[in-house]
Amino acid sequence: MTTIALNLAAAAKATVFEPETFALDNGLEVVVVSNHRAPVVAHWLWYKVGSADSPWGQSGIAHFLEHLMFKGTESLAAGEFSKIVARNGGNDNAMTGQDFTAYFQVIARDRLELVMGMEADRMANLKLDTEHVASERDVVLEERRLRVDNEPSAIFQEQLNASQFLHHPYRFPVIGWFSEMEAYSREKALDFYKQWYAPNNAILVVAGDITADELRPIAERTYGKVASKTVPERSRVAEPPQSVERRMELASSRVQQPTLVRSYLAPSFNSDDGGHAYALEVLSELFGSGSTSRLYVSLVIEQSLAAGAGSAYRGTSLDQSVFRLYASPRPDVDMDALEAALDAEIETLLRDGVKQDELDRVKGRMVAEAIYARDSLSGAARAFGAALTTGLTIEDVESWPSRIAAVTVEEVMAAARLVIDDKRAVTGRLIPGDA
Amino acid sequence: MLNWMNNDIGGKDILRGSGRNILAGTMLMSAAVLAETSQAAVVQEIVSETGVRAYLVEDANLPMLSLSLSFRGGSATDPEGKAGLAYMVSGLIDEGAGSYDSRAFQAELEDNAIRLSFDSGQDSFKGELKTLTETRDHAFDLMRAALIEPRFDTEPVERVRNQIITEIRRRENDPDFIASRTWFASAFPDHPYGRPTRGTESSISAIELRDLRNFVSTRFARDNLSIGVSGDISATELMVLLDRTFGDLPPESKAPEIVDTTPVLGETIITRLPIPQSVVRFGHKGIARDDPDYYAAYVANYLLGGGGFSSRLMQEIREKRGLAYGASSYLHDTEHAPLWFGGVATRNDAVAQSIEILKAEAAKMAAGEISEEDLANAKTYLTGSFPLRLTSNDQVARVLLDMQVEKLGIDYLDKRNGIIEALSLDDIKRSSARLFDEPPLISIVGAPEGLGG
Repeated sequence: MTTIALNLAAAAKATVFEPETFALDNGLEVVVVSNHRAPVVAHWLWYKVGSADSPWGQSGIAHFLEHLMFKGTESLAAGEFSKIVARNGGNDNAMTGQDFTAYFQVIARDRLELVMGMEADRMANLKLDTEHVASERDVVLEERRLRVDNEPSAIFQEQLNASQFLHHPYRFPVIGWFSEMEAYSREKALDFYKQWYAPNNAILVVAGDITADELRPIAERTYGKVASKTVPERSRVAEPPQSVERRMELASSRVQQPTLVRSYLAPSFNSDDGGHAYALEVLSELFGSGSTSRLYVSLVIEQSLAAGAGSAYRGTSLDQSVFRLYASPRPDVDMDALEAALDAEIETLLRDGVKQDELDRVKGRMVAEAIYARDSLSGAARAFGAALTTGLTIEDVESWPSRIAAVTVEEVMAAARLVIDDKRAVTGRLIPGDA
Repeated sequence: MLNWMNNDIGGKDILRGSGRNILAGTMLMSAAVLAETSQAAVVQEIVSETGVRAYLVEDANLPMLSLSLSFRGGSATDPEGKAGLAYMVSGLIDEGAGSYDSRAFQAELEDNAIRLSFDSGQDSFKGELKTLTETRDHAFDLMRAALIEPRFDTEPVERVRNQIITEIRRRENDPDFIASRTWFASAFPDHPYGRPTRGTESSISAIELRDLRNFVSTRFARDNLSIGVSGDISATELMVLLDRTFGDLPPESKAPEIVDTTPVLGETIITRLPIPQSVVRFGHKGIARDDPDYYAAYVANYLLGGGGFSSRLMQEIREKRGLAYGASSYLHDTEHAPLWFGGVATRNDAVAQSIEILKAEAAKMAAGEISEEDLANAKTYLTGSFPLRLTSNDQVARVLLDMQVEKLGIDYLDKRNGIIEALSLDDIKRSSARLFDEPPLISIVGAPEGLGG
């Protein structure tokens, strides 16, 4: 098809966001993505610390601290941060992942200095009182009940993840284990804050109606006042090689629709010394993304065994990632039959490989869709934040289309053979039951 | 293709996070400019030769466009015993159309990075299209085929039927879904709004091929169609595509009319489920989108439960007491029964307390306990945040569609903040007394303590 040929040819030199960058003297890295559609900016501050950096016995403390960052500073009362943003017509929130903690505001560009000043203030001057810490601990416990404990499928995911990583802290849920969350204290949160929050451990991404020349003086007046400090290396314990297949089954009276998940340890961009991560992204797209993918066509359309089937892989992870396959049976389809069909598709892939035209179609659409990523302020901010907090560079993000376009059939198969191995796998079944 | 089937489990790569003679038609150019924007968003009304209307914001920054459309008449018009018909059609018209069978159609979309999706709400059937400029004509042709020549081949019909049934089973155990479904079933016992939009196992099983075909031939027409477009296309180019894509639709829709109604209130319904946190949904009648008090009521709800961390419910339930992760409310702009609706999820031993707080805060609003400072804060947020809704082609296309569906006028982007600014404290108090003049119907799912039932 002509369209695809055009896309792939152009991709060799295509860039994505065309950002400008600079750094402040205190080590804060700044990325600016100009987009002048509306007089609005998305202001995202990313710290290179996440749930996998929580001290032993304090799972989820990175996320708890994220909540407490709204509880006031030397100069701002508890809760005032968000109220001031709202009074200035802005939206704000924050998020925590395994490798990052991010705070953001989306606001009119003429209010940018206000939020930059407040974000810089809470980078260094957090002030917590015991009462606010106690009520916020109740809030995160409610958040855990909401996101996990009320949902058998979320409990299943949490257990599956803990089974995949024997030793590495990715085994811990981002929100934390309930019993350890109950033991959170003001002191533990502040210790974590003092250790990790510093301009030299952060990335600022501003996307919207602004240029680097305009942003730089504002950044110097706000973040520039915060002193750098020594921040520990993020050195997590290494996950030992997996040498035996793992299986788990969760039966719950609250499940009527079963799910099958197969999860494999897989390299991330950063952990990958064999160059497999781009090939794994392509493999995931080809094997299990969308309704023309191999898994969907075989399990859902041709064999009528599954209601849904697919794969998932995220390369932006500081340490090893996972490559996941999943399928959900149609009513009255046996789980063993479903798993056998999944295994057969895997076997076909490993035995017969992928075809050149199949690969070209998938790469063409992946590269073409990079244009869509530019159509959103927060999309740009999230892409750079996720990349730069997991060991990647600006150039890695910008060259993504050409790197994807360059992936070969041989590379896809090398990645598939590396990752798809029963000895690296956890297979889980979520099924109806009495428990 | 049903959207929910994609990526049940998270994880994405780093970049994601989809000719006639033009002079014969009429093109109306309005002076509507969003004053604050640095690149003024000029809204144009396009009327094609065959009478297809669309609002357009041209923006050539990226070689792509987004389109949102809706046909008036959605799930509420599903025939008796066939609840879920509109939703099933939304999952099937891109599963084979014209000369393409299901797999060929999906391959045309995916291989060309064209994103086309449909969905049904109670009052309308919606579609969204996103395409690169280089595949634009093909994208519109595929959308035309989906709307005018859907095939409904046996394989995709049975597959999608199965997918909907498995989805219904999955949701049977979702406390959020049960709480909402119970609320609506109780509030509208004799009105289509009381039925689940995605149907039941038996209603989905009862849908036949002729039902699907009948839906398409009676619901998709030019007189109930609204379209918003944002992106890299000129007015004249769009006019040609509007005719080519929608010109062959029948001129008039034959969707049955739905009667106006009001929710039946007055009780608290508890659905017992052994879970650690109870899910609470509450609501009562709201204020219609075209009511003169609508914007004042919008501000009143913002203060009570629509304002995120700034709202009174969040302050009282989360910030002061740690009883919940979130608590919120909104004006639910259904066409035939405007509603005020909201929710909170809270540990079982705190449900009664959270509901007391909700009732007490609503009573304060009804009694006019609202200050000039409250109003000023609401105004600065609601006016200042309006441009935040217009930062991507997807968002702009949706706003343009909404402007037409809700009859807000082509100059809405210009005048909307002025309407908010002009509201007085008396306006807010009056509308608040109107809005919060009755106790809500409450639906609880979980193991709440200290409550009967």
